[in-house]
This record gives sequence, structure tokens and C-alpha cells, in this order.
Amino acid sequence: MFALVDCNSFYASCERIFRPDLKTKPVVVLSNNDGCVVALTKEAKNLGIKMCDPWFKIEKTFKQKGGIAFSSNYELYGDISSRIMSILEELAPKVEIYSIDEAFLDLTGIAHCMDLEEFGRACQKQIMQYTGMPVRVGIGPTKTLAKVASYGAKRYPATRGVLDVTESCKRTKLMKLMPVNEIWGVGRRLNKRLLSQRVSTAFDLSQMDTGQIRKQFSIMLVNTIRELRGETCIPLDNAPTPKKQIVVSRTFGKRVTELDFLEEAVSDYAARAGEKLRKEGKACKVISVFIRTNPFRKQDIQHREIRSTSLLYPTNDTRDLIKSAKFLLKDLYRKDFNYNKAGIMLSNFFDETVYQLDLFKKKDRNTQDFKMMSLVDQINQSNLGPVSFLAQGIKKEWSMKRELQSPRYTTNLQDILAVN
Amino acid sequence: MNLKNLGQIADSDRNSETPLFSEYVQVGWPSPADDYIEKSIDLHQLLIKAPAATYLVRANGDSMLNAGINNGAILIVDRSLEPKHSDIVIASIDGAYACKRLQLTPKVGLLSENIKYPPIFLKNGEELDIMGVVTAAINKF
Repeated sequence: MFALVDCNSFYASCERIFRPDLKTKPVVVLSNNDGCVVALTKEAKNLGIKMCDPWFKIEKTFKQKGGIAFSSNYELYGDISSRIMSILEELAPKVEIYSIDEAFLDLTGIAHCMDLEEFGRACQKQIMQYTGMPVRVGIGPTKTLAKVASYGAKRYPATRGVLDVTESCKRTKLMKLMPVNEIWGVGRRLNKRLLSQRVSTAFDLSQMDTGQIRKQFSIMLVNTIRELRGETCIPLDNAPTPKKQIVVSRTFGKRVTELDFLEEAVSDYAARAGEKLRKEGKACKVISVFIRTNPFRKQDIQHREIRSTSLLYPTNDTRDLIKSAKFLLKDLYRKDFNYNKAGIMLSNFFDETVYQLDLFKKKDRNTQDFKMMSLVDQINQSNLGPVSFLAQGIKKEWSMKRELQSPRYTTNLQDILAVN
Repeated sequence: MNLKNLGQIADSDRNSETPLFSEYVQVGWPSPADDYIEKSIDLHQLLIKAPAATYLVRANGDSMLNAGINNGAILIVDRSLEPKHSDIVIASIDGAYACKRLQLTPKVGLLSENIKYPPIFLKNGEELDIMGVVTAAINKF
């Protein structure tokens, strides 16, 4: 037995936790640079706002109608997410963190001693009490069916956010009402092909002949069908897969044409990527840098390109990363283009303790460099920071806009909630 | 941005993680204190019982002065506790959180700990929203 715990409009609900005045107000959260809507409450939905609506188009009427908008506050969302995951880890024997706002639970064992719907309500209640986050819980014999149940819990208010579809008559009823594109793993393209074969609901799909599907589609879809019939094919994945690459990329707050600014930006991303790499205890051998112009500005000539280099020895020293990133950027950069995004990707990882020794590098220097980087990390994790390399820039004029950001209530002492 | 010179980075043989007591300093008798080394005192353990449900909040003003909460104190707020009569809580009636003493009987209200501030009672149709129970206050002098 599996459960899927899924937060209701997660980002927007996070913004409400420390703001009781927003409880019944329409709230939206905007993407990087306050571009478009990435999360919205049902009150905002009732105003006709949709996901991905561009902010500049809706700003005026949304504000007139009493709506409140926020820039993404990833520090807050990340902290609330980790609180929720740790609560779930205490409630269930096995947890798979599926995304920032969703987790699968393995309920084997719990089914013997507790009614599962009751368990779902207990999860819901505890998460609400501990964090203020509304969640829904879908329960079923497979992960795909837990997703189906979660869809039902979202769609039908009478469930009050918890639905158990262990009984097959219950899930048949629900699956007959569920469009096939709402099924976990059925994307837009697959949906089109299925519709052309008159498969329009989850129930239709579950009745398909698996042999036929295997021939026409893929083994993945066969697994989905078997899961819809109650047969477990996708096990709980509770060991996080080690990272194979680290990407840091950001859209700029304004159009950038000068090489200097681009250099600052990629150096800054390189420093951030290096920090992540050291946190994983890894060193990388391949560095890639990409830059691109804004594809939505049709009047601009477009340029997008990625370039990679392989290092002689793996490294996780920010200075090496910045040097290589700048070298790659010089190669990529072309004058007179309006760039609006750049990024860096690190790949081909080695364990930082076991990689080959550099014959020409004195060992002393190696350990000293290592110590220096870990000291930089320590300072930046404490309240003393930040320390950064000059290459990262001081004013960072290119950095993204987050003008409507709420305080980092839970991760920064300067930002904690103030009360009278 | 403000830049601050933090001075030189420590050289390699100074290790901040060296414990104050350790075996290799001794030349003669082993230290009689060896057996008694304990872990250092952890304020986290003292102040935070349910980490996933604990939040920090800053108290502004003097309305809770008699409860030992000074202006600027950092409050430890535990959401995992069920609020009881006479607990100090973070709650809101009118849309903004405040720190008050919770009264459940004879009628529901929020009391200050300073005679300057009158109690606030719940009116018909109003909802009391309690964020959590204040379990400690850190006053810095």
C-alpha cells in the first residue's frame, strides 16, 4: 500500500503561513524575475488567473481585486518542505521525497494496525499543526493509484483532502471520471495518441491489452496499466540517487550585452555550483557554460550556445571552476547580442577523496586549497558571510529581480516574524 | 554591498576542531579529568523539543514585560503543542500575529502582561488563529 502526500498550491500556501491576513485573499507566486505565475491559491483561480500567466498582463486587475503577489522565496519554500518531509519520516516507515511538495509513503505494516483513511487524516492534521501547510493524501495499492486517489482528493471537496482507493469499486468509479492525461506518466504527446485510439479516461487505459500497448507504445505505459490494475511495478525509491550533474542557471534582471557582466554572472554561478559540489563531497572533471538571448524578443537576433571543457584533473575548487568558466565564456561570447540567461553545468563526478593525485602539484598545496574552500563554505553558512571571489562581482547589476519577495522567516535571523 | 576584511585565513596546522582535552598532550600521567569529559551543553536540545514544528519570532514592544519578555526578545514558538488556558501564545484575531497570554475561561481572549494594554476578547463571528505556544524567550542584555 502506498500514499501520496501532496501540498495544496505549495508556494502560495508557504506565503500564508506567517501572514494570517492572507488566509482568504487571492495569492500568486511569480517565477524568476517576476515573469509569470508559478503558483496560485484557489481564490486567485476564481479571479480567472491561470498558471503561467505573464505578470505584466495581469498585475493591474489582480491588484485592483485585492490580490497579493510574491516573488519566489526559495529559502522559505525549501525550509518548509524539509520540515514536512521530516514529519512524514516520523509517521511512515519509508518515504520517497518525490519533489519539493510531494512524497510517496510505503504503508506496508500500517494497514494492519490502522484504518488507512484515518492515517491519511492524521498526516494531514499533523502537517497542518506543525507547519500550517494544507496537504491532500491519496492512498492506493500502487504508486500510480495513490496518484489517482490524490487527483480525486483534489477534485472532490467531499473527500476533505483524503481519499483511499483500496476498494476496487471505488477506484473504478473514480477512474471512469479521470481524463487519461491526468495519469502519472502520461504526457501531452502520449495523451494525443491515446485519444486517437479512443482512450480518454484512466479506466479506458486500464482495460487496454498490454501486449498491444507494448507493441505500439512502450514498456513504461504497460507498467502504468498494470499499476492501474493494482499490480505494483514501480517500487518506492527511498535512497536519493547521487547527483550526476549540477546546473546553476539564472535569467538576468535586465538584458546584458557586455562581456564583463557575463563574466561576473558565470563566475557567480560557478561559485554556487562549486559550493553544491563540495557539499556532495565530489569533484568534477567536465565544465560546461551556456548563454542565450531572449527567445521571446522576436526583434532581437538570437544566439544560444553551450560549450564544454574537460579538465586534466577533477576539481571542486571554486577558483578552478571560475577560471574554466571564464575561458569557455570568452569562446562563446559574441558582441552586440542581448543576452538574458547564462548557466554553468558540472558533470563527470569523482569522489573528492579518491581522485588521482596530480604529480605536478605539491600535495601540501592540495590540502591547503581544500581547507581554504571549506573555510569559505563555513563562513558562508554562518552569519558572518558572505565571502566571495571578486570575479563574482560586487554590484551584480545583472542579477535577477525579486522585488516582491517575502522575508526569509525561517532561515535568516534578521527576517524572522516580528510580533507586538 | 558591505565588504568586511576578516583578516588572514588560518594556517594549516591550526585546527579549530582540536578538543581542549586530548591524549597526545600528556607526557606523564594521564589526565585525571579524562574520564569526565562530557559533550558540551547544547542549547538546541534545551530549547527545541520538536525541530520540525519550532519557529523563531521576535517580540517588539513591552506588552508582555511582566511575563519576562523584553522588547526585542527572540521567542521560541512550538506549534506541536496544544494551546492551553494561560499559555503564552502567538495568535491573531484581526489578521496580524501578536504575542499574548491565552485565556480560555470564562471567555476566550488574549491578555497582555502589562497594565498599559487592555485585554482583547473574541467577538461573535471572530476567529482566533493560534500559530503556536511560546516555550521560551531569549532576552539579550
